[in-house]
Amino acid sequence: MITSKDVDHISWLASIKLGEDELEQFVAQFNSILEYFHELDGVDTEGVEPTYRVVDLANIFRDDSVKASLSQEAALKNAPKREEGYFKSPRIV
Amino acid sequence: MDDVIIGLEVHVQLNRLSSKLFCGCSTDYHNDPPNSHTCPVCLGLPGSLPVINRKAVEFSIRVGLALNCRIEQQTMFYRKNYYYPDLPKGFQISQYDFPLATGGHIMIKGEDGERNIRITRAHMEEDPGRLVHAGTIDRAKYTMVDYNRCGMPLLEVVTEPDLRSPKEARAFLDKLRTILEYLDVFDGSLEGSMRVDSNISLAGGDRAEVKNISSFKGVEKALSYEITRQRNLRRRNIRVVQETRHFDELRNVTVSIRSKEEAHDYRYFPEMDLVPIRVADWVPNVQASLPELPDARRDRFREQYGISDDHAKSLTSEIKVADFYEQVASRTDPRLAAVWIADVLKGELNYRSLGIDRFSPDHMVEIVSMLASQEITEDGAVILLRTLLDRKIPSLVDTEKPGATKAGGQLSVRVCDLVGSLGLARAGDQAVRAAVRDAVAECASAVSDYRSGNERAINFVVGVVMKKTRGRASPAEAHRMVQEEIEKGS
Amino acid sequence: MLAQLREQILAGSAEEYLSRLFDRIDRSKLNAFTTLDRENALGQAREFDRSPRKGLMAGIPIAIKDGISTMGIETTCSSRILKGYIPPYDAHVIERLKAEGAIIMGKTNMDEFAMGTSTETSAFGPTRNPWDLQRVPGGSSGGSAACVAAGEAPCSLGSDTGGSVRCPASFCGVVGLKPTYGLVSRYGLIAYANSLEQIGPITRTAEDSAFLLDVIAGHDPRDSTSAPAAAKGRYLDGLDGGVKDLLIGVPDEYFGEGVDPMVEKAVWDSVSVLEGLGATWQRVSLPHTRYALATYYIIAMSECSSNLARFDGLRYGRRPGDDKDWHTTFSEIRSAGFGPEAKRRILLGTYALSAGYYGRYYLKALQVRTLIKQDFERALEKVDLLASATMPFPAFRIGERISDPLSLYMADIFTVPVNLAGVPAISIPCGFADGLPIGLQLIGRPFQESLLLRAAQAYQATTPHHLRTPEVA
Ligand SMILES: [Mg+2]
Ligand SMILES: [Zn+2]
Repeated sequence: MITSKDVDHISWLASIKLGEDELEQFVAQFNSILEYFHELDGVDTEGVEPTYRVVDLANIFRDDSVKASLSQEAALKNAPKREEGYFKSPRIV
Repeated sequence: MDDVIIGLEVHVQLNRLSSKLFCGCSTDYHNDPPNSHTCPVCLGLPGSLPVINRKAVEFSIRVGLALNCRIEQQTMFYRKNYYYPDLPKGFQISQYDFPLATGGHIMIKGEDGERNIRITRAHMEEDPGRLVHAGTIDRAKYTMVDYNRCGMPLLEVVTEPDLRSPKEARAFLDKLRTILEYLDVFDGSLEGSMRVDSNISLAGGDRAEVKNISSFKGVEKALSYEITRQRNLRRRNIRVVQETRHFDELRNVTVSIRSKEEAHDYRYFPEMDLVPIRVADWVPNVQASLPELPDARRDRFREQYGISDDHAKSLTSEIKVADFYEQVASRTDPRLAAVWIADVLKGELNYRSLGIDRFSPDHMVEIVSMLASQEITEDGAVILLRTLLDRKIPSLVDTEKPGATKAGGQLSVRVCDLVGSLGLARAGDQAVRAAVRDAVAECASAVSDYRSGNERAINFVVGVVMKKTRGRASPAEAHRMVQEEIEKGS
Repeated sequence: MLAQLREQILAGSAEEYLSRLFDRIDRSKLNAFTTLDRENALGQAREFDRSPRKGLMAGIPIAIKDGISTMGIETTCSSRILKGYIPPYDAHVIERLKAEGAIIMGKTNMDEFAMGTSTETSAFGPTRNPWDLQRVPGGSSGGSAACVAAGEAPCSLGSDTGGSVRCPASFCGVVGLKPTYGLVSRYGLIAYANSLEQIGPITRTAEDSAFLLDVIAGHDPRDSTSAPAAAKGRYLDGLDGGVKDLLIGVPDEYFGEGVDPMVEKAVWDSVSVLEGLGATWQRVSLPHTRYALATYYIIAMSECSSNLARFDGLRYGRRPGDDKDWHTTFSEIRSAGFGPEAKRRILLGTYALSAGYYGRYYLKALQVRTLIKQDFERALEKVDLLASATMPFPAFRIGERISDPLSLYMADIFTVPVNLAGVPAISIPCGFADGLPIGLQLIGRPFQESLLLRAAQAYQATTPHHLRTPEVA
């Protein structure tokens, strides 16, 4: 069973603040969805390799050559807040 | 200090590459405006995808091999998930299981003799952006972010907890830097090119992690502070909390930066936008192309040039110095060259914060040769070095082109001309003998003091000789001749 | 149709044709578009009329799902968190389209970040099904399918992570193709679950699907998972080869409980049609089908929790008001910016990847994925392609399922296994149930899109379903 404390911790990890109502609703929904996921517990996967990718590729590289960057203006164009060519971020402490 | 346990995680920028790890943005951003070296990939714009730089992998293999690591058959990338303003995707592409290089070691000069430091692993990852604080870190109202650095290729070298003191940690970093520069994958002179996280504990205690120290001196200071802090806690029977701390370079203290919330949970999982790398078959070629590394070169210098172990070590601790020495040693007396480069030139350069590329090997060859043939004295040689380094060249020699310099910032001056213009040619035997005779005659009271047993009084007479020859006599020679002269007269 | 349209536009006027489309959109009740790039598009059409360009798509307008980056055109994934974001670059597929002379007319509505089966989770409100305005168009590429079905665009691009092209194609009565993973570059496709998704064409006919696939498929060095050039076919060539040599597999697990009887009947009828055209068929088994949904959702949620971490209001998006400390600000931005379904998936994915649960959920799902992939490999060793319903039922009513996430997830049962296996699949109209379209899904071997398209073409050559148009059109 997943509890509201668990969901609270997950929301911290995921950087999504939840309201009380939202939290309670998610607790109920998550429990039923996770219960559904537990259907996989019944599959024997002993010795089965995980499939990370469906493409059978390896060693895809690019050469160490320089390509044009965005202009400073283009890089900052979508920033909601900026200052002197920097992205302005909320304080970090 | 044998209860001190230190492990390091060293983030090395492979800044000798032209482009970033996963995109084509230039790595040459140090003098450019903020956010002028970004693209959809390194800015983490929605929809962008990474493609890895082949040469970054090759450079990493080079380092792995030089650190005596095993290069794994298959290596892959993971996402390390955490939020921070310098991390534009909300995850860092790094390695986790299956890192590129594992299980190496290097030798360092430890507290008591050579010590073997084990390397756990070396893995590739992308550098985050750079945060600029308005004011100090703990008082800033906001933070500004520059993503020029974001996506720079990093190699993270992780040691076992084998280091026993801040000094050893420093020695490890010095050695690592030397190796990296020998490999030509790294330029340590660029700001932020090597950043260190260190884990430190006292035997039996919990460890603290001091993050993101950006200078070698800082590492030594931060670790010393931590040891004192942890010892004091222990003395007062207080447990050391396992936590992350920040080194404040201004106040020389470490401060706790994360508290309860940060039970790290990076949720590593494979980066599906990249495919596995299988480069074991590159290893023989890379191995064959490795340059001679510092330890090997030191041993060879000792053997080949017959110089002392200390000199060999000193001359090989920087690849540029070692190259310089070899250029000089092949053209003149290698032992004398070792003494003059390791003991004198390096000191004069250090004093001026100059690199060895400021001094011409041709000039060094000339100076050492003239010393060997006794055309100049040691004092004269020192004056020559300083004159050349400070570029105080008498106008007389620079008639053709005043202040002319060759490519590489070196003066187009011949040392022999300089010796002439500065009057540094060693005085001939006759001239010295005459100066000695005059000096002994002039310094009657010093001579009688010497005769009555005050051995040191002779130095005064030698000084007068040196003055009379304007330093162009060898002090040792002058000493011997003064002694002879006094004894002759007695 | 697209080939003929190109000739018509060349003979007539691109501007006139495009204006008619915009007029139709203006009158539309579908809410299929999030952004119309009217001025630019009309300008390009005028320019084209003045000096016609060459190219496969010369003068042909196309609608693009709002999860695909378009330089200079707002791209939001139908999410509040990306409102106002204007990409400074084009997705690879957009570059290809432009290089062939296509005109980007606008961006289409979708489930927020492609998370949904109904286009109801869009921050722009739901798109309506052109066959019944009270019903969903399917999702997540609901806008892309609805606009093509209603004649508001001749063709469109969607993206398919767990059925997001095929489901709306099925619900709206058009053709939707999910290419083999790696055939079409994902560069510029805003990731929801990056190991599963592909961009795919939505068109009226199989021929148009081939036509558009010829434009967008092919190697892209900016996508490390892009297949080598050799994997790409010439999809219009050999389209009329028929089905005489084909052996069709009908998977047992795709019939029975939970499947609408009218849907089942339409699928069997279709198999008969193909049989009548000379194909043969046999039953096959995909034994791990029942685990596909859980497997899919665990993987997709895990990946999305990481893919959607970048939306923090620092480099793009909105950040109104005063900032607090960074973590509080990020958390509030993300809380206000994501809708409930995105939050649900991000949080569950975060949980599935977190310390102590990785093995139970994520790793386990990747192992089951292997078994599901092997099911397809085994089945497709015996048969050339598989036939099933695309969706177990026709379009449902708006609001009918949205409050119960799990019941909505169940709708994807026949589409998600295809993404887990990475194989190609196409949905084509194969009949109607009470006036609502039904989709036939054909699934093929990796990189055998040609064969799928050939079968779809043969089917459409003898059936009328794709020719019917909804009354709104
Ligand atoms: Mg690291
Ligand atoms: Zn870049």
